[in-house]
Amino acid sequence: MRPNLSTIWMVAQREFTDQFRDWRIVLPMFVLVTLFPFIADDTTRQAVNFMNRFGGSLILDNLIPFVVLVIGFFPLSFTLVVALESFVGEKERGTIEPLLSSPIEDRHLYLGKLLVGIATPLVFSYASIGIYLMLVSRRSVEFPGAYMLALILLLTFAHAVLMVSSAIVISVQATTIRAANLLASFVVVPVAFLLQGETVLIFWGNEDVLWFAIVGVTLLAILLVRLGISHFRREYLLGREIDTINFRWVGRTFRNRFKGQARSIVEWYRTELPITLRQLRQPLMIVIGLSIIAGIASYLWVIKNVPAYIDLTPERVDQFKTFIADNLTNLDSLGERLPAPVLFYHNARTTVAFLLLGLVSFGTLGLTLFIGNIALVGGVLGAAHLVGYSPLLAFASGILPHGIFELSAIFLATAAMLKVAAQLVTPQPDKSLGETLLLSLADWFRVFVGIVLPFLAIAAVIEIYVTPLLIKFAFPYL
Amino acid sequence: MIETNDLSKQFNNDFWAVDGVTLNIQPGKILALLGQNGAGKTTTVRMLTALLRPTRGWARVAGYDVTQKPQEIRANVGVLTEQHGLYMRMTADEYLEFFGKVYGLDPHARKTRSDYLLQYFGLAEAAQRRCGEYSKGMKQKLALARALMHDPSVLLLDEPTSAMDPESSRLVRDEIARLRSSQRTIIICTHNLGEAEALADSIAIIYRGKILLNGTLDELKRVVLGPVEYEAKFAQNFDAGELELPQGVTLSSRSADSLRFRVDAPQAVNPTLVHTLTSRNAPLVSFQEVPRKLEQVYLKTMADAQGMAYAT
Repeated sequence: MRPNLSTIWMVAQREFTDQFRDWRIVLPMFVLVTLFPFIADDTTRQAVNFMNRFGGSLILDNLIPFVVLVIGFFPLSFTLVVALESFVGEKERGTIEPLLSSPIEDRHLYLGKLLVGIATPLVFSYASIGIYLMLVSRRSVEFPGAYMLALILLLTFAHAVLMVSSAIVISVQATTIRAANLLASFVVVPVAFLLQGETVLIFWGNEDVLWFAIVGVTLLAILLVRLGISHFRREYLLGREIDTINFRWVGRTFRNRFKGQARSIVEWYRTELPITLRQLRQPLMIVIGLSIIAGIASYLWVIKNVPAYIDLTPERVDQFKTFIADNLTNLDSLGERLPAPVLFYHNARTTVAFLLLGLVSFGTLGLTLFIGNIALVGGVLGAAHLVGYSPLLAFASGILPHGIFELSAIFLATAAMLKVAAQLVTPQPDKSLGETLLLSLADWFRVFVGIVLPFLAIAAVIEIYVTPLLIKFAFPYL
Repeated sequence: MIETNDLSKQFNNDFWAVDGVTLNIQPGKILALLGQNGAGKTTTVRMLTALLRPTRGWARVAGYDVTQKPQEIRANVGVLTEQHGLYMRMTADEYLEFFGKVYGLDPHARKTRSDYLLQYFGLAEAAQRRCGEYSKGMKQKLALARALMHDPSVLLLDEPTSAMDPESSRLVRDEIARLRSSQRTIIICTHNLGEAEALADSIAIIYRGKILLNGTLDELKRVVLGPVEYEAKFAQNFDAGELELPQGVTLSSRSADSLRFRVDAPQAVNPTLVHTLTSRNAPLVSFQEVPRKLEQVYLKTMADAQGMAYAT
């Protein structure tokens, strides 16, 4: 077998040759890439004039990095077609079978296509950015520093990898170019939203926060590449001519996995659920570890940093204590204002949100939301410490009673979500991506129905009817 | 060598595209796989090239198991796919060079092999032209050249001469025959029954994923059409009356100037049969085997499979 890199390059080289001989690809790209910087330059000129007249130096200072980011994104979106048709296009043209019949390994083929998919839009993006920077350098406007430019170029690179790796996953799974092009919106639109978030970071004025975006986007891109390689099947490309959803099979597969061999609910709890729980050991350890780190880090951050923002004079602390005491007197009627079923519904919805966010981000967004929740708890305890209450007592009386059930449920739901994400990016030799997802979701549903929902129901009752009493008992002087 | 046992493939959990195919093709032999469109020929070939995983059964190609050693199989098999699969913006030279690299040939071998194949198939003069400019037949020849580029020990050819003019078809058939004589194992999927008859050592007829018949042409003829028929032609009307026929011979039909016999053991019985006729002063002009074509075998087999009457 040929060495890896040369095989990847061989696949890529052929694709490059094929693409750059097609004027229908090259010409529009060339026109758009050269035209857009001129339009952007003129927009910059008008924006600068406008802001010079009416003020807005923060926007003015960060205008060029913002436009560079947008200019970088623009060619990525229209050259995505190259990645989108990388596999499905060859399939439609009938050229894929000789290639698949050859001894090229799956990952070499995949990475070769990925390389072309990434390099093409990047070349156009960087060319477009270069033209724009040349044009804008003539204007009397704050030119971004080398560090900021490097960050934007890195971010553009991360966008390219993210978009292309998603597009190639679509290309492998789609049965026609038309379907792949329709699905492209699911790549372009989320990245456009992401771009808006990054724009906020740029105008925030702190360059370093862009690293969060770069790391986050790169991580997601790596996971997508891993997903693509894991589920790349020659058979999948050739075995299907049209997409059909067999609802009966979907229902049967999901039900069989959920039910397992159990013949009664008791047997299901005794034999089937423990199998799934045992499989959650590793993700559960990760979730517990992360929650401990997030809770402690947030607690320490609040203790260390909040005094710098809020002057905690004795009078101010008294104000806080009075505020807390006033609120605690209302705890008696908590059940009327927030009935237990509503709380239960809210918490159950949150665990579903973890799953949904986890599904679209391979666990990262779901885990981020989970960590955010735990960090909030740590932050509240830190705040309690700052105003002079025992954080341990606050935790023992205000969180632990219902938390035994609620946190356990949320930990398990998050671990189950992580397991779904991990299975998606793990090679499953005999299963399609759809089947893997279906079985993973059935496993998640087992945990959700078997433990999470009952635990959340118990937790809601304790939180509304028991926890307030314990808080009042622990802090009688309030 | 190609060996399969109960090779089966199910799609969408309910449709068996190939169901229980068992084959054994030795080196230096050609099997023609015949069947309607959608009968399972392409799926069988795809399983043999390790592109599709069998749902049931096993297959060994060039000594490797299709599920255990797919890479080794792909390296040792040459495939001519249903569609030619050429990259239209590449020249023939570039195309063969690319696939030479894919199969790990060194630069010298790539050049030698590519030059030989382009020359053999009459494409040398068009080697610098892009494949998109080729005629259908030229594309088919180039695709075949690609399949032969790495000189594989096993060849799986789907419609190797479709879209070709008679000279090109002849050229391809000669090359396939030469490959057989150099101990290659070959499967040809074809609708061209004449080609199958001319080339194949054995023939398998596949219908709805199942092999209905598999054997040499003579075996298939005997099984499907019955024993061999011989026809005696006479110079003028001849009234045979009640003929005393040798054992193992039955009179199958008669007309004023001819008689047809079914003969179980022609070599032993035919001389006696001819003697019987001449001793009755029959004005015998010719005595020969009634020609039976693969087409008759195929059509009758298909008609039987579909429960329809076979019209001769």
